[in-house]
Amino acid sequence: MFSYLALAALLFAIGLFGVITRRNTIGILMSLELMFNAANINFVAFNKFLAPAGLTGQMFSLFIIVVAAAEATVGLAIVLLLYRNWRGINTDNISIMKW
Amino acid sequence: MEPVAVAEPTVGIAFWILAAIILMSAFMVVSLRNIFHCALFLILCLFAVAGIFVLLNAEFLAAVQVLIYVGAVSILIIFAVMLTSDLASKKILQTNENALVAFFVCLVFAMGALVLVVNTSIWPYATQMLPEDNVAAIGKLMMTDFMLPFEVVSILMLAALIGAIMLAREERA
Repeated sequence: MFSYLALAALLFAIGLFGVITRRNTIGILMSLELMFNAANINFVAFNKFLAPAGLTGQMFSLFIIVVAAAEATVGLAIVLLLYRNWRGINTDNISIMKW
Repeated sequence: MEPVAVAEPTVGIAFWILAAIILMSAFMVVSLRNIFHCALFLILCLFAVAGIFVLLNAEFLAAVQVLIYVGAVSILIIFAVMLTSDLASKKILQTNENALVAFFVCLVFAMGALVLVVNTSIWPYATQMLPEDNVAAIGKLMMTDFMLPFEVVSILMLAALIGAIMLAREERA
């Protein structure tokens, strides 16, 4: 089980690096998906090795996947809106929230 | 469904190959300059995660991963990349000035997490195995114990759909 947890930790760290460093909003969303996947690997590994009776970990990962899909939908709609209004989607150009 | 009896060394080799693919492609996702190539490597990474799910006896979850992530979310991301043009060129710097600091923060996080994982030996390991027909068990759970979250998540999906349409709609008049 250690190897699964270590894999998830490394994947999460890589995703965190992407979220912090990306200037591109779509890049940030992709790194977020990596972090969601790290969490999912953890849930399923714990489900298999620690509590196989209830399948709760797998159910939780299912709901995480659905919520991540919803998040990606809304996030990419926001990205398109930003692109239409600012002609670019880099985070350092978009610094105002209202005007 | 007939459970596939896989020998332990085979699982080990498959795990290491999948882990290498996942980490390499995840690194490509956060480091490549061409955002379109990043999206392609993201697909590879998600596919390998589905393989990890198979190794962990979560076949239904692996199928859902391939259908939703590889099938839907990746297509959405590629559409967004293509609709927001002039991003996929090599000239544009894709990282901001936080890169060095972020690298060390993530290094510290990863090291801390690894040390914690390796040094923790009090996991209450279960004695029994996973039920063999996972998929049927998940279906039953979805309609009994997890009925309320299931319905709430459907409403969330509906809200996300309507919200995305509202956001991306062209303003007229």
